[in-house]
Amino acid sequence: MSERIVKLIIDGKEIFAKPTDTILKAAIDNGIQIPTLCYLEGLTPHGGCRLCVVEVKGNPKLMTSCTTPVSNNMEIITNSPKLIKYRKQIIELLLAERIHTCSVCIANGSCELQELASKFGVDHTNVSRNWERFELDMSHERFVLDHNRCILCTRCIRVCDEIEGVHTLDIKRRGKDSMIIVDLDEPWSASYSCTSCGKCSAVCPVGAIYVKGKPLSETKRKELPKFITERRRR
Amino acid sequence: MKEIVINPVTRIEGHAKVTIFLDENDEVKEARFQVTDFRGFEKFCEGRPFYEMPSITSRVCGICPVSHLLASVKACDQIASVIIPETAERLRRLMHFGQIIQSHALSFFHLSSPDLLLGMDYSPMKRNIFELIEKYPEIAKRGIFLRRFGQQIIERLSGKRIHSGEWIMPGGVKTPLSKEKRDMILRDTPEALKMIQVTLEEFKKSIERFRDEVESFGNFPTYYLGLVSEKGLLEHYDGKIRIVGPDGEIVADNLEPTKYFEYIGEAVEPWSYMKFPYYKQKGYPAGVYRVGPLARLNIVQKCGTPMADKELREYRKLGKNGIVESTFLYHYARLIEILYSVEKVKEMLEDPKILDENVQAKSYASREEGVGVAEAPRGTLIHHYKVDRNGKIIWTNLIIATENNNLAYNMAITQVAKKYVNGKRLDEGMLNRVEAVIRAFDPCLSCATHTWGRMPLSIHLYDSRGKEVDRLIQENLP
Repeated sequence: MSERIVKLIIDGKEIFAKPTDTILKAAIDNGIQIPTLCYLEGLTPHGGCRLCVVEVKGNPKLMTSCTTPVSNNMEIITNSPKLIKYRKQIIELLLAERIHTCSVCIANGSCELQELASKFGVDHTNVSRNWERFELDMSHERFVLDHNRCILCTRCIRVCDEIEGVHTLDIKRRGKDSMIIVDLDEPWSASYSCTSCGKCSAVCPVGAIYVKGKPLSETKRKELPKFITERRRR
Repeated sequence: MKEIVINPVTRIEGHAKVTIFLDENDEVKEARFQVTDFRGFEKFCEGRPFYEMPSITSRVCGICPVSHLLASVKACDQIASVIIPETAERLRRLMHFGQIIQSHALSFFHLSSPDLLLGMDYSPMKRNIFELIEKYPEIAKRGIFLRRFGQQIIERLSGKRIHSGEWIMPGGVKTPLSKEKRDMILRDTPEALKMIQVTLEEFKKSIERFRDEVESFGNFPTYYLGLVSEKGLLEHYDGKIRIVGPDGEIVADNLEPTKYFEYIGEAVEPWSYMKFPYYKQKGYPAGVYRVGPLARLNIVQKCGTPMADKELREYRKLGKNGIVESTFLYHYARLIEILYSVEKVKEMLEDPKILDENVQAKSYASREEGVGVAEAPRGTLIHHYKVDRNGKIIWTNLIIATENNNLAYNMAITQVAKKYVNGKRLDEGMLNRVEAVIRAFDPCLSCATHTWGRMPLSIHLYDSRGKEVDRLIQENLP
């Protein structure tokens, strides 16, 4: 076997991958589904949401498949009862942290969190919900930033930095107090760096950044970072 | 003072109770209709973008979400200063007719028919739609057909039977109507027309049996308020407000719906979550007015479609000066409106303009205030929003169709209770009549509970014999 190819086992299936591949990529390339949320092809993996965690034999910790590189003879389980239990808990916690009331949310029907909740059968949260209300930033002519729906996946920050190249968006504070900010925490309309390209609204998995007055089903373009990076390579 | 409490009132939309107060001789002194649930839309909408309002406020009601969508989106059109394409208006109207048909069918067949066909004194365990299906399967089938007909219009336009919030948007509607969908709706219209006509004939024949109810079910003079078209015809989407007095005289006409606060006052009572709107010029509570099918038929010159107009002429013979007063006849008016709506659906679909694909105008927030008014199945519905310069909601006021009739409910149940309820000997049939008069109005209380700021909390203290010795009402608490 060539040194440039590693052999590993995912869910009992023997597969081959490049040593630079992540577990997630190796799985996807071989038709194995692992749920993700903050991950988006074309952007640097963040490993923040922890939905893509997998069990690696010989390692007591759960590993995020989007950031962990493959290695030779790795044995991976992607779908054990333990993993499903943790994934459900993650979805519950995400739903509980900000105000995620699907029925009146603009993302209803086009929301990745909602899709995951429905896939995992999460129809309520066992932890009490945090109803703290945040002011919306509606100052931009075309976009809205609604912290009440944000899950801090940082897709918007990464697409703004890595694809558009302006790094208008970032995060302030830490832990549960984290918030998306525009430039140095200014109203969006006051931003010097923002080019109003709209990529942030195209990749937001929930209803946190969106185009004013447009149904999300019309403005979401999850494939955009992949599409752009592939064109750039050519 | 003794009290008889009916809680909950059944076969209505939402939660309410009725309290009947007796005097020393156990005669009925007064009855109160109390709405017992609370929602708070007017408060939690604050801070949201204005164009989210149609989808948020349509959640006020699962029975008539389209009416809320329309009132809301009309307010948003104003905030966005946009004139919508003609076919967008046609499609909004078409969807609303679907809404009126399904809601009226629900009220008449599913909720009230058990009283009308099985009888007011029929065993309460069986006085429901299931017994109706057993005993009168043909009538039940008609109800289900008409409701489905209406629901399918909504679904065929928007893809969803209820809460089509994304389809109706400021500036128009999301997608045009396809020829296939148009033909599917048209195919069902002859059957729908036939079914409502048969139902009307049967209802007219049965009126004689309900002579007592017609006389005593909320039969009293009030004002009547609603939208009319430019030509004074029946109108559910646009037009101007007309107020007609108890004797049929037009007391106010051509009122601008957006200036509703100039002629509608809103009172609050400590014992109910529902507001008490009244005609401002006559004061509270003398300015009691009614809305909904009965009121709409009282304020128009005619409906504007041939079959409905023929029925209207016959219906008006039951009143004086063209004014029908008895709340019981809301049922009759509702059936005429179903007929009218089916005729209109047919008329609109036969016009090829309905298939036009220009159904959306671009819209951005540019004004700071908007008022949308529509005729919901239950009456005049008002949404009023104020936004900041970015289009964020800072203030809302909703007057829900059902609220407009609040003063009239209390008058009607008092009238029925005085006639039928005997404080010395209670039976279920008496109390059901009190509920039945409420059903005739077809209130939607889950929609209508909108008081904010004055919680009608009351604490009652009873002694061991059940006698109330003290009560505290929150208003009077320190």
